[in-house]
Order: sequence, then C-alpha cells, then structure tokens
Amino acid sequence: MGWFKKHSYPPFWNEYISSFDNHSEKELHHIRFVVFDTETTGLNPKSDRILSIGTIAIINNTIIISDQLEVYLKQDTFNAETVKIHGLLKAGKLEKVTEEAAIMEFLKHIKNAVLVAHHAAFDIAMVNACLKRMGLPNLKNKVVDSGFVYQNTLNSANPNLHFSLDDLSKQFNIPQHDRHTASGDAYITAVLFLKLIALLRHQKANLKLDDLIIPKKRIGLL
Amino acid sequence: MNTIALRISDFLKQYPPFNMLQQDQLLAISGAVEVIYVEPENFVFKTTEDVKSVFYVVREGAIGLYREDTQNLVDECDEGDIFGLRALIRQGNYKLTAKALEESIVYSISSDLLEEYITSNMEANKFLMKSFASNISLRPDSTWQSPPSTMSIGDFNEAESITYSKNPITCNPNTLIQHAAKTMTDNRVGSIIITDNQKPIGIITDKDLRVKIATGQVSIKASVTEIMSSPVITYLETISVAEAQIAMLEHKITHLCITKDGTPNSILTGILSEHDILVIRENNASVLVKEIKRCQTSLELQQIRIRSEALLKRYLEQNLPINHISKIISAINDNITKQVISLVQKDMPTKPPTAYAWMSMGSQGRHEQLLLTDQDNFLVFDNVQEADYETTQNYFLEFAKKITENLNTVGFEYCPANMMGSNPKWCLSLSEWQSQFKRWITHPDQDHLMLCTIFFDFAFVYGDQTLADKLTENIFDAIDSHDIFLNYLGLNALNNPPPLSFFRNFLVESSGEHKDQFDIKARAMVPLVDAARLLILSKHIASINNTTARYQKLMALEPQNKDIYEACLLSYEDLLRFRTRQGLKHKDSGRFIDLQQLSKADRLELKSSFKAIKSVQELIQTRFKLSQLM
Repeated sequence: MGWFKKHSYPPFWNEYISSFDNHSEKELHHIRFVVFDTETTGLNPKSDRILSIGTIAIINNTIIISDQLEVYLKQDTFNAETVKIHGLLKAGKLEKVTEEAAIMEFLKHIKNAVLVAHHAAFDIAMVNACLKRMGLPNLKNKVVDSGFVYQNTLNSANPNLHFSLDDLSKQFNIPQHDRHTASGDAYITAVLFLKLIALLRHQKANLKLDDLIIPKKRIGLL
Repeated sequence: MNTIALRISDFLKQYPPFNMLQQDQLLAISGAVEVIYVEPENFVFKTTEDVKSVFYVVREGAIGLYREDTQNLVDECDEGDIFGLRALIRQGNYKLTAKALEESIVYSISSDLLEEYITSNMEANKFLMKSFASNISLRPDSTWQSPPSTMSIGDFNEAESITYSKNPITCNPNTLIQHAAKTMTDNRVGSIIITDNQKPIGIITDKDLRVKIATGQVSIKASVTEIMSSPVITYLETISVAEAQIAMLEHKITHLCITKDGTPNSILTGILSEHDILVIRENNASVLVKEIKRCQTSLELQQIRIRSEALLKRYLEQNLPINHISKIISAINDNITKQVISLVQKDMPTKPPTAYAWMSMGSQGRHEQLLLTDQDNFLVFDNVQEADYETTQNYFLEFAKKITENLNTVGFEYCPANMMGSNPKWCLSLSEWQSQFKRWITHPDQDHLMLCTIFFDFAFVYGDQTLADKLTENIFDAIDSHDIFLNYLGLNALNNPPPLSFFRNFLVESSGEHKDQFDIKARAMVPLVDAARLLILSKHIASINNTTARYQKLMALEPQNKDIYEACLLSYEDLLRFRTRQGLKHKDSGRFIDLQQLSKADRLELKSSFKAIKSVQELIQTRFKLSQLM
C-alpha cells in the first residue's frame, strides 16, 4: 500500500522523504539540529492553527544565524484571546503565506535534521495536523524536547515535572528578547539547548543523540 | 525576514567598529553570525591551532586571552570586545589562547565579511588599526590615506557649510526695473532674483542698476529681463565656504542661488552673497588673530580668548580633525601671548637691556593646549657681563612678572608649581640655561628627568629666535656626549604602563580628590607624549614639538614601525578630542574622568588606545635595551 501511496504524494514531500535516505549521522557534533517554535491560535492541535514558525539551526555546538526560517501564515481561524500573547493579528503587516506554502518551506528547510523544540510534542502535533490537512503523513524527523533534556540534567525520575521556557531561560541566564515570537523563542531554545548539552556532557562523557530523545513510550505526553 | 539577525545587529551596533557601519552592512554581517556557547575554562582557540577564518565578538560573559601557557593573562574581553582578529589578519598561528573566564556567548564572524564591510570603511578600519596595532598592516593595499595635516588657519573654515538667506527677494520677469528697485530698497537688499514658476532665471544687483540704469543705458520703465544677468549660478544648500568662494571668483559674481536640487531647473530656496561669507569669516580663526593684534588691553584679549572657546566648541561639533583644531587654538593662544608681551614691553619704563626670548613649554609648547590650562613658560636672555647680570635678571623678572599677570587676566592661570618666567629659577641667561640643561642631561635623576619632559618640549613665542635655536643645539650636543641619557628618558617614558590589566574596572585613582576617577592625562596621554619625545630626540629632530606631528615624522622615518606609530597617532588624537570634550562638558581641564558616566563604546575607544601605548612602550623597551637598566 505504501508503495502506491508514495507515488501519489507531491514532489516536495518526496524530496523531503528522500533526504532521509542517507545513513543518518550519529556523532552529536556532526548532526544538524533545527530548533523551532510555533506560535498558534490555541493549544488544541485539532482545532487551532499555526500563526508563525521560527527556526534556527545548530551544527557542531554553533548556532548558524543564516540557517533559519521565519514564516507567518494566513489565517482562517482566529482566536482573539491568544493575540495578547503572540501579538499576531489576523491581518497584520507581515508578509504571510498559506499554510500549505509554509509547510512546504518548512520541510525544505528542515530536511532530515533532528528537530528541537521546548515541549516539542505540541509543536510537532501542530505541524502534523497541517500535514494531515494536506493529505500527508507525519513528520519523519527525530525530535528532541529541550524540556526533557533539562529533566535529564536533574537526574530526576519524576516525569511530571514541567518547566516553562520562561523558567528555564531565567535559570540559565538567557536574555528574553522577542519572547513569544516564533523566531525569538526558537533562538532562546537554541541557546538553552547548547547550555543543556554542555551540562549533560559533564555527566556523561560520550553523549549520544539517543540520550536526548524521549523513549518511545512517552511520546504523546504533553 | 530574520528577527534573530535584527537582534544581533541591535547588539553589535552599540560597539565600535560596528557602530561605524551602515544599517544594511550591519544586517548582512549579523545575518551571517554564528553563535557559540563556551563553558568556563573551555577554549575558543589555542595557540597550537590553525587560524580559523573568523573573528569573535563577546556577546555575554568574559574571555581571557593568554600568552603561551594559561598562566599569563594578557587581555580580558567582555561584552562588545573583539578578539581573534590579529591572528586572522596576520594569517599565521594564534599568538594567544582564548579561554572563557566565565560562561560566555560569543559571536563568530567570517573574515570575508570583515574585508567586505569593515576594513573597506575608513572609520572602522582606523578603529581596528588602533586596536590591533602591530607590525602588520590590516590592508596591505591601503587605499586610504591619513587626513592631510597641512591646512593653514586661513583654510580652516572652508570645510564648514554656510548659513545663507532662506527668504530671497524675488520678482517675476514682467516686473518693471523701477518696481524691482523699489522692492530691493524696501527690503534693504542688494539683489533681486527674477523667478519663473519659482525657478531662478536671472538676477539684478546694485551694480546692474549703477552700470545699466544710472548711466541712462536702459530705461527704468523697461522690464527686469532687459538688464538681468542670466543664467544664474546655482548650487545645493550643502555648498561649503570654499566652494562658494571659488564659484564667485570663477564666474566673477557676488551672489549664488541655492536651489532644491542644485540646478537652475528646480525651486529657488535661498541666496548666498559675498556678504554672507564675510559674516562667517568674522568669527573664524584668522579674524580672531587679526583682532588680537588690535587689542590694547588684556581685558580685550580675554574677550578674544572667550570667543576662541566658542570656536573650539563649534569645531568639535563639526568633527574637524583634532590636530587641525589644536593648531588653530594654539595659534590663537600664541598670538594672544605675543600681544601680551608686546603690550607689556611698551609699558616697561626702559627698553630691554639685551635680547631675550619668551618660551612656552609643556602642552603649550607642544601646541596641544585646547582647553584653558595654566601657563608654563620661561625666559632666556642673551649673555651679559657678569657685573650686569643681576640688574639684567631683575629687569627681566619684573618684565616676566607683568607678562604672567596679564596672561592670568586673559585666562591662563598661574602655574601652581611656579614654572613661569617670573620665577628666578626660570629666568636666566643663555649660558645659565645651557649649563642647566646640560646638568639635567648628565645627571638624569628623577627630578631632572621630570624637568626635561617639561622643558624640552619648548616652543619659541616672542623675542629673539636665535636664542631659542642656541638652546636647542645645546641640548643635542649634550645628549650626544651622554647618550645614556636617552635610556634614562626611556625608563621614564615607561613609568606609566597602560592599565591593560584592568578591563572591566579601569585603573582609577585610589585616593585624593579624584578618588575613583580615571586620570586620562597621566595614564593615557603622558605615556604617548613621553614616547614621542624620546623617539624624536633620539632621531636628532628639534623642530617638531607636537605629539601627532612627531608620530607622523616617525612614521616616515621608520616605515617598518609605521603601524605602531600610526596607532599612537590615532590614539593620541582620540584621547585629545575625548579630553577636550570632557573638559568643555564639565568646565574643567577634562583630566579626570568618571568612568561610570562613560558609555561602553567610549570605554572601548579608551581601551583601544591603551593597546597603542603598550606596543610603543614595548618598542622603546627593546630599542633602548631598558630591561638591562631596570
């Protein structure tokens, strides 16, 4: 079945999928991470929509400012309540693209990178919901949740601890520029990620990607 | 859209050299930045590594630069500081190791961007030259030149832009000459512009009325177009004094039209007359100097001194080169002193018994005195019979006393250390001075060296110049026969090492009236002045007293050390400008600076000049083999 389906997918999806063909990189400092954040109309992946996506890449412990994406989406669904948080009006001045165009750009940008987000499950679910509306399968990328990585640094077994990006950026002394814009939060998350990796390295000399990724069974927990 | 790059540029633009770039250049750099997180005790680069084609800017935290091993901290970089640039330009190995002293975030910027945007920008390149002075040139194909330093006083205002009449009197082409003349008379102006749709097409001046109307050549009932000069010469409002004068001479006219785009085809916005230029000239240096010569009392001279201060402020605001400004102000001060002396001489009951020369020294002697500071001067008179010595000295002491009194009235306060010609110690015959200088040179103890640093920067002001020349010759003769003197002077020049080990906290005064303030004179300027004096004396050059001029000469004499001297020159100019601004702002000598009030950019500027001090002091130490003496 999958064989037939593959042929019915649009070229941009096939291109995205083919980026996973190559043997995936295991050494942390060779891996391309794409840290991202979405601003949304609300917290329900089914009914809410993405307003903007911001990303920034990390390679070899370095944030690459030129390797980034910042897109704003045209809205049908609009929630006046969340405007207060992210400041994105339904028809603001920013140049906006359709959801489909935004996702196409996003896939082209991330390729087979390891995605990093704070409380990643939500952002991934938002993107997957878009993909579903476009008749496409879920994202194939490996995902790192910076909230989970922080928990790892604590050596805590309590899975219910929840740390907001605000809490952590304060704790790790990260200036909060452009908080609650997708790009701003992606950048803060990227700096946080670098600091967390450095911390984990002290605890474990030979740090591997698998040490950062939430064990399968817990995916889906918000 | 790249919000993150925008934030990075917001940060970078607070600091030199990034604050000297254009917005789009800065954004291009910011968009290509790579951000590195460095843990405490971790390295950004080590001396053993190959040079990466990037340089670094500290975003947060602190990076220590170490020589050889990590014991020897050479520099400490914090927010906004640049490092790793010298190695990049030298294209060799890293000479220093960069290690994080605390948790740091560092921006790395590619060398391509450096070449494209930074070293191609004269201001920014100057800053880098100053900060990273060494025996290498940042741009081997140096395409820019140091600003010319040969401007004379007369030329000085030429760079200024002009204030002109913004409400020119106009009439249309159908106007009768009689009516135009009436309009000119009513408005008390000497010219009228004939405009068509607000565009200037011709001009009538008083001269046209005299030559063409009063002679009966044209009727007063004719239209203005009959006698107007056409077309008019038009310029943009940004025209400078020099351009305006040249245009008037070239076209043999006395009025220029200012239009919106500088051509006759756009709207007339003003008129600039020869008279406007005269008014500007009235408050310029050459006019002040002329007026000085007409002053008959020290109170009148005081007024000129006050006006020259206004001139100084204006020049600083216009950002004219500081060495030009100091030449102008020094020339005014010199002329005031000359006038004071000539007035006092007239006032003396008898003529001077023999030839004499009035000399200024210290900053006045070096022509670097911008703000009102105290007077430093001495008097030398020609040799007389021993029997006449006392009466001659008494005459000149009386004479000098009156001069210093008058200078005090003008605004040059008495020297608190009494280093003035009215002091019997500093009012001597030529041979007395010669033996005194010789004694200082042959017995260079601490006191004598201190006196040398003040007296050897002397400049002749008034009287018989041959006496001054003889003093100079004598100094070189004495130095030649005791060349160890230069080594002592060298040691003295190293007395004030740059405060390089105090980065976040500048070395400030630890006690006294100026506790916790930074002494910019003693800690930053004196070292550069001392180094220049020593090096120029060692080259047997007597005629140059001014510190920047000395460095310029040294650059020409020693091309292999050009970069060090140029860094010193630029630093000294910056420090002088900085001190003068501070002094004008706080109405004092500008010597003590409250660091709390400085912006980070100002602090970085100051810090970059310390690096120049460091390089020239290292050069002196090697050249005069001072480590053996220490």
